[in-house]
Amino acid sequence: MSNGSVPDAPISAENLVKRFGDFTAVDHVSFRIARGEIMGFLGPNGAGKSTTIRMLCGLLRPTEGHANVAGFDILREPERVREHIGYMSQKFSLYGDLTVNENLRFFGGIYRVPQDVLPERMRFAVEMAGLSGREDELVSSLAGGWKQRLALGCAILHRPPILFLDEPTSGVDPESRRRFWDLIHALSDDGVSVLVSTHYMDEAEYCNRIALIDRGRLVALDSPAALKQRSLGGALLLIECDPIGVAIAALPKAPGVHEVAAFGNALHVLVDDADAAITALPPLLSGQGVKTERIERIAPTIEDIFVQLVGGARPESP
Amino acid sequence: MKLTRLKAMAVKETLQVWRDPFSLLIALLMPFTQMFLLGYGFNLDIKHLPVCVYDREASQDSQAFLKRFQASAYFDIVQVAGNYGEITTSLDRGKCELAIVIPPDFTERLNDIGVSSVQAIVDATDTNTANIAMGYAQAVVGGFSTDAQISATDSKGRPLQFIQPVDMESRVWFNEALESRNFIIPGIVALIMALVGAQLTSLTISREWERGTMELLVSTPVSPMEVMLGKLAPYFVIGLLDAAFCLIFGVFWFGVPFRGAVSTFFVATALFLVVVLGIGYLISVKIKSQVGAAQIGLLVTLLPTALLSGYAFPIDQMPPPVQAVTYLVFARYYVTALKALFLKGSGIFDLAPQLLAMVVYAAVVAFLAARAFRKNLD
Repeated sequence: MSNGSVPDAPISAENLVKRFGDFTAVDHVSFRIARGEIMGFLGPNGAGKSTTIRMLCGLLRPTEGHANVAGFDILREPERVREHIGYMSQKFSLYGDLTVNENLRFFGGIYRVPQDVLPERMRFAVEMAGLSGREDELVSSLAGGWKQRLALGCAILHRPPILFLDEPTSGVDPESRRRFWDLIHALSDDGVSVLVSTHYMDEAEYCNRIALIDRGRLVALDSPAALKQRSLGGALLLIECDPIGVAIAALPKAPGVHEVAAFGNALHVLVDDADAAITALPPLLSGQGVKTERIERIAPTIEDIFVQLVGGARPESP
Repeated sequence: MKLTRLKAMAVKETLQVWRDPFSLLIALLMPFTQMFLLGYGFNLDIKHLPVCVYDREASQDSQAFLKRFQASAYFDIVQVAGNYGEITTSLDRGKCELAIVIPPDFTERLNDIGVSSVQAIVDATDTNTANIAMGYAQAVVGGFSTDAQISATDSKGRPLQFIQPVDMESRVWFNEALESRNFIIPGIVALIMALVGAQLTSLTISREWERGTMELLVSTPVSPMEVMLGKLAPYFVIGLLDAAFCLIFGVFWFGVPFRGAVSTFFVATALFLVVVLGIGYLISVKIKSQVGAAQIGLLVTLLPTALLSGYAFPIDQMPPPVQAVTYLVFARYYVTALKALFLKGSGIFDLAPQLLAMVVYAAVVAFLAARAFRKNLD
């Protein structure tokens, strides 16, 4: 397997397990990612997304299982793996006391980007990050969105066929996040395989496939559309009512109601029969002193799927 | 190992030192202040020691005797006491450090039996100073006695035959002027190298941990060896520059002689730097916080260098168990080599034992340091 040529699945993981003492952070996770594919790791904080990515980058050694990245075994040839990947995470930063260009030159040197192409690649990275004209500013003085795009620029200086992005957009404003995803799509069009983790459910729509992860286990792996088409085992209603707390307590006891989850200041309620529930629920609620302002049938989002799959452990909304 | 990566690492580290005020302070200002403070402050020579006298005889002879003290460059008579109480007060208050009391029968005894005595009271809170003061006082008294013997006459007024059986003519080598500064300055070079080397490097890895850049570094294909050499290279150069500065400052400002070869000085310094930088790096790898690393760095390098290297406190004056420990203190070899280079002008072959010891030390530390840094976060 480790012949160095990029196989059809640049990333493949088989039964990866990582334990820290008694705690199992990653529990038998397997998947393959194709060339040019964007796979999203979705799940709440502490679900094991970062740990899985760190194992694939060779930062952590798996307790069990094995994985191949760019045709190299992560346990036996971690250095070869590192030459073929780009890695970035919001948890660490570039060197704040170096300028934009100094950071790029450093990573260019570390990845041994040939001297004749380095200036052009640096210029590309600066443009991509939207930092033209600010090449000599210290990175510590840049705002979050710029820093993250620059970090991505550093991670792809050596044109790796594989990118690992660990919550790359965390803590960045929506406009910057949208720009970031445009960049990722451009890279995937060039054939780069991307494994990206996020706890923003709305970002799932940007991915080709989504792996839902909860408490170290892979609970679902499919395209966003396919995931949403999955039968939820009923119909989904949106209810706006007041006071919402009383409704959350009362609704699960109502006949035909399976699941209640709060989304912002509304409720998503999974029921057997939408029409029956729309007529039955408002009077039931008003009996508890709750005034129903709006009740209608809606199409499920990834977040609904997630709530239904993992039952309660809820990821963060944007 | 790839040169491109090593270079990228070294350039990055240099930029970081350059932009870190604390590191810059250590690298540039520390050698200067240490050299200045210790060069001037650390003086073991005793001159103009304040003396209090109590002349209970007040004769011509007793005054002649006291004049000798006044004439000596080592003593200054600051007070003439009228009774013992004044002497006690003066010593208590630190007004004088030596008191000389001449008995009322000084001349009488000298003439009658040819032997007399004076009392010296010394403040021995600083034993070193006290010992030296007593030695100088004895020399003054000795001079007076010899002259007294020569001029003594028998009862008939004829000069007494006086023969001094053995006369010692001493010649002081290597530090002819017996200036303690000449002996201290070479040692200070070692102190500064230990301080600068360990302090700067102890921060280098912990800084990456604290600022969260370590994870990024580990995810790149850079090898531990490239990290170590790339990171230490700038500090090695800084160390050599500081050493050159110390040498120039010591010779031209303090006027300490340098009789050895400059090349040998740099060979010894380079070896010492490898050890100090390696230890600093080792600590940095093991201790993930900058403050902790800096403190342990000081403890492991500066303290033994200051106390057990023989830089100021002679090793042969230490109790045997402590002397045995000094063989483990790597700075000992460097300090010995430095003193020999400055004062004796020893050649590279004379210093072979010291240099060899440092080579062994450097090899061991380099080996350990190279293995210390592992590229994973487990």
